[in-house]
Amino acid sequence: MGSKTFKGGVHPFEGKELAKDQPIVQVLPKGDMVYPLSQHIGAPASPVVAKGDMVLKGQKIAEAGGFVSSPIYASVSGTVKAIEPRRVATGDMVNSIVIENDGKFTEVNYTSVEDVTALSKEEIIGKVKEAGVVGMGGAGFPTHVKLSPKEPDKIEYIIANCAECEPYLTADYRRMMENPEELIGGMKIILQLFDNAKGVLGIEDNKPDCIEKLQEMVKDEPRIEVCALQTKYPQGGERQLIYAVTGRAINSKMLPADAGCIVDNVETIIAVYNAVKNGIPVMQRIATITGDAIANPGNFMYSMGTNYTELVEAAGGFRTQPEKMISGGPMMGFSMFGLDIPTTKTTSSLLCLTKDEVAEIAPSACINCGRCVEACPEQLIPSRLAKMGDRGLSEEFEKWYGLECIECGSCSFVCPARRQLAQSIKTMKKQVLAAKRKK
Amino acid sequence: MLYVVIALLPTSLFGIYNFGFKALVLMLATIASCVASEWVYNKIIHKEDTVRDLSAVVTGLLLALNLPVTLPVWEAVLGGVFAIVVVKCLFGGLGQNFMNPALGARCFLLIAFAADMTNFVTDTYTGATPLAAMRNGEAVNTMQLLIGKTAGTIGETSAVAVLIGAIFLILMGVIELRIPAAYLGSFVVFMLLFGGHGFDGNYLTAQLCGGGLMLGAFFMATDYVTSPITPMGQIVFGICCGVLTGLFRTCGANAEGVSFAIILSNLLVPMIEKCTVPRAFGVVKEPKTQEGGK
Repeated sequence: MGSKTFKGGVHPFEGKELAKDQPIVQVLPKGDMVYPLSQHIGAPASPVVAKGDMVLKGQKIAEAGGFVSSPIYASVSGTVKAIEPRRVATGDMVNSIVIENDGKFTEVNYTSVEDVTALSKEEIIGKVKEAGVVGMGGAGFPTHVKLSPKEPDKIEYIIANCAECEPYLTADYRRMMENPEELIGGMKIILQLFDNAKGVLGIEDNKPDCIEKLQEMVKDEPRIEVCALQTKYPQGGERQLIYAVTGRAINSKMLPADAGCIVDNVETIIAVYNAVKNGIPVMQRIATITGDAIANPGNFMYSMGTNYTELVEAAGGFRTQPEKMISGGPMMGFSMFGLDIPTTKTTSSLLCLTKDEVAEIAPSACINCGRCVEACPEQLIPSRLAKMGDRGLSEEFEKWYGLECIECGSCSFVCPARRQLAQSIKTMKKQVLAAKRKK
Repeated sequence: MLYVVIALLPTSLFGIYNFGFKALVLMLATIASCVASEWVYNKIIHKEDTVRDLSAVVTGLLLALNLPVTLPVWEAVLGGVFAIVVVKCLFGGLGQNFMNPALGARCFLLIAFAADMTNFVTDTYTGATPLAAMRNGEAVNTMQLLIGKTAGTIGETSAVAVLIGAIFLILMGVIELRIPAAYLGSFVVFMLLFGGHGFDGNYLTAQLCGGGLMLGAFFMATDYVTSPITPMGQIVFGICCGVLTGLFRTCGANAEGVSFAIILSNLLVPMIEKCTVPRAFGVVKEPKTQEGGK
């Protein structure tokens, strides 16, 4: 097949069949809503409501704490119950606004725009910023910052990350099948900001129906095209995606903009559309709740701030007791210790697996076979980096390009000795970066 | 590991066919001594039993294939113990040894029992090995070399049998072509330049198929543990092996040189790796022009 791709990578079990054909279902939140003030990269948002205040759905409850930051909106109507530290999915305690949901969902009025093309660039970026749009693929980088590169004229590609290369996840797929006009509408709005850019929808070729549908829809759009990508993990990694689409390679010290690219994921582009066209801030998104421990795996449109427990309930609860719960995909997500945790702007999935799927084989000695070297999409030597990590050899770690690791987990996946390579490298990377910041 | 054992079957079977029952006895002896050494060693130092990873079986079998069939069994057993205990376990076991255990043991035996290790006289073959014969200026029959109907160690004589195993390993994705190709390629170039025979097809074929070169290039030099993990390093490593083998064969005191060449190259591996760390994806060489200037 002529699909484009990158060097290295792996082919994990896809597991997408579980939720792939389940249409998006609306979930109405019932219990208290919790809004962590730090659900994006950058400065935490600062609350603009106080305990006891009445709020409406769509009302801003916290404003951006700086340029690289993002405001937060209430996704229900009710009363502010508390502003206090709450536990979030990563395990940290984060200051959060807690709202008692009155169940009425009384909404504010949104100001939609009749003709988006009449908006100026500044107006568009202003609307994106005001609506609290952040990278919803998981990183949570404020989108208005991404859309304001130093030299907008040098941006040649706006790449929609429609790869969805993580196994099990089907949220983006459903979005593309059910709301393609919003995706393309969002892409058109972003293209308005960059005169020299063309829009590319990069989709893995395991979604042929999706490729066909979008191809049909953009056939009269001179500036937008669909690019089929080989189904291979981590095809949706930013650097891998850029390379596959444009043939340009970037490293950890560069931004996509340095290669003339801006990459946004499906959900983010749709959020841009809603923000600019309809004036609706980021309050809702879609998540895949799946895994063989879930009774009815599917894709759900939920309000951010909803407790994970409610999402699992919406998916019919547990079929069997899960052995492992993972927020995010199985390759890069992190495992959760409990479900009494609020969802945020970056919650794209919950994966609940039973014992069978969780490998419990003890790691054995590394025999230097080099499978990890073949699999690494960054062309690193994972086995050595992991060893250096375990021994704390930071200097050598950097010399062997340890900081270029994108933490995709391909090395751990292929290791025949079942060594937890990515985990060791990730930990070391954190230490090295922390030490650097101190200097 | 199982694949390696399977890949060695053609060679082993041909060895038994060629040299008789004694070859089988030696194989079983070295395998048993390797496995037993590992088991006993782990017991003594209270380490987890690692016999089941089959690597001791591979070491034992490879060692036997590198021995002349006339070798007394007790010497072979001693070799097995040396391979596992001294070369492998003392350095931390599987994955930690810096030298190929089977070759380490072969070199040990070669020094300790020089006469026995170079006694290739059997009922079938009374003459010298093809390499020794060529050294003395005698002509050899290349066809017989290919098939392996010559004197030599148990496993080295048949290039065809080794190649069958090697193709199996490559097809199964167990080994990559980089090391053997660099090894054989650089060896041929060396012999062309310094072999003293110029471009003599017969001579080159005989050099390639004679001695332990084929066995060494596909089964010993490709040992994961003792070869570089960097793709570029594997090529450098292969070239080191090739050049050293050529040097030893043309200038050394012995007609053979593969084992020493590989072992010496094994020692160079950390150095080679350090110099061949691949540049990570997207990392450009020190910017030459105004590219990326900040």
